[in-house]
Amino acid sequence: MAIAKKSVVWGVFAAGGTVAAFLFPALIALFGLVASGTVPEGLEYANLHGFASTWIGKIILFFVISLALWHAAHRLRVVFHDFGVRKDKIVAKAVYLVAAIGTLLTAYYLFAIG
Amino acid sequence: MSKRTLDIEVLRYDPEQDTEPHFMSYQVPCEEDWAILDALNYIKEELDTTLAFRWSCHMMVCGSCGMMVNGEPVLTCKTFVRDLPKDVRIEPLENFPIERDLVVVLDDVMEKLQMAKPYIIRKDPPPENEEFNQPRSALYKFKQYTMCVNCMCCYSACPQYALDSSFIGPAVLALAHRYNIDSRDQGKSERLDILADHDGVWNCSFVGACSEVCPKNVDPAAALQQMKIDGAKAYWLQKLPGGKS
Ligand code: FES
Repeated sequence: MAIAKKSVVWGVFAAGGTVAAFLFPALIALFGLVASGTVPEGLEYANLHGFASTWIGKIILFFVISLALWHAAHRLRVVFHDFGVRKDKIVAKAVYLVAAIGTLLTAYYLFAIG
Repeated sequence: MSKRTLDIEVLRYDPEQDTEPHFMSYQVPCEEDWAILDALNYIKEELDTTLAFRWSCHMMVCGSCGMMVNGEPVLTCKTFVRDLPKDVRIEPLENFPIERDLVVVLDDVMEKLQMAKPYIIRKDPPPENEEFNQPRSALYKFKQYTMCVNCMCCYSACPQYALDSSFIGPAVLALAHRYNIDSRDQGKSERLDILADHDGVWNCSFVGACSEVCPKNVDPAAALQQMKIDGAKAYWLQKLPGGKS
C-alpha cells in the first residue's frame, strides 16, 4: 500500500477551499454591487484592468480562479458519491477535466491581457 | 424522588428464531436520576430476561454501551431519562450487523484497529535508563484523542462509513493520528502508507458528524483533516529524490 494519488487532488481542493472561504464571500458581495450598478471605489474597470495587467495581479488571479475550480471539481465528485453515483472514475475524470480546461483558459486569458 | 414511566421500544432480533428484527415495547417506571442504561437493566431484571445488550462500567469509560437512542448514537450510561421524552426508541448502533438484540458485531472495526498501529513506534532506541521526557505542550497536542473509549458511536454517525464500509473510519483514524503527533513516536510514515491509501482518510468528506456525536468530546473530524494534510505532504516528499517510493 502507498499514499494514494488522491492526496494530490485533495491538496488543490483544500487550498481552493481556503481561498474560496476567505475571499469569495467578499468578492461576491463586491461584484454583486458592481453588477447592480453601484461600483465601489477602486473596482472600476480601468482599475481592475490595470491590476490584471501586472504580473503579480495575473499570478494572484490565476491562483484564486484555478484553485477555486479545483475545489469545486473535487467537491462535486464527493457530492456525486454522496448521492449514490458509483462511477467514481468517470465522475473524477469529467470534473477534473473541466477544472483543467478552466485552469488553461484562465492562464490563456490572463496572459492575453496586455 | 419522583418516578416517571417511559414507553420504551426496543429493537429485538434473535438470529436463531427471527427472520428479521422487530420492536418490543416496555413500560418502565424510571427514577428521575436514571440513565437509559438503568432502564434497560430494569427491563432485563424485571420484565424480560432475554434482552441482550452490552455494558460494563456505567461511568463512560468502557465504551461498551453505545446504542441508538431516538435515532442518535449515544452511550446509554450517559443519556439520562430526564432529558428524554416519554417515548423512547432504543436500537443497536447503526451501520453494524446485529449479533443479537442491541448487541452489534464489531469485527470490522477491530480488524481496522490493527491497521492504525496504535502504539508508539521507534526507529531510534528509546533513551536508556531515563524517562522519556515530553513537554506539556507536546502532550496537549494529542491528549484529546486519548479520550476515545471505542464506543463506535462515530461509526454509526458517519455517512461515509454507511455508504462504504471499506472506509477505515473516524475512531481508528483519530487513534492513528494520536500516535502520529506524539513527540515520542516515529511511525508516522509507516502509518500514512496504510491510512492515506484509498480506503483511508480520503474517503472522509468532512461532514463532521463523528465529532458531533462523540460522547467523550474527541474531535475525530479534525484529526482526519490534519491527517489529510500530512498525507498530501508525505506524498510529495516521497516524490523527491531520496524519498521512498
Ligand atoms: S457502560 Fe461503560 S461506557 Fe457506558
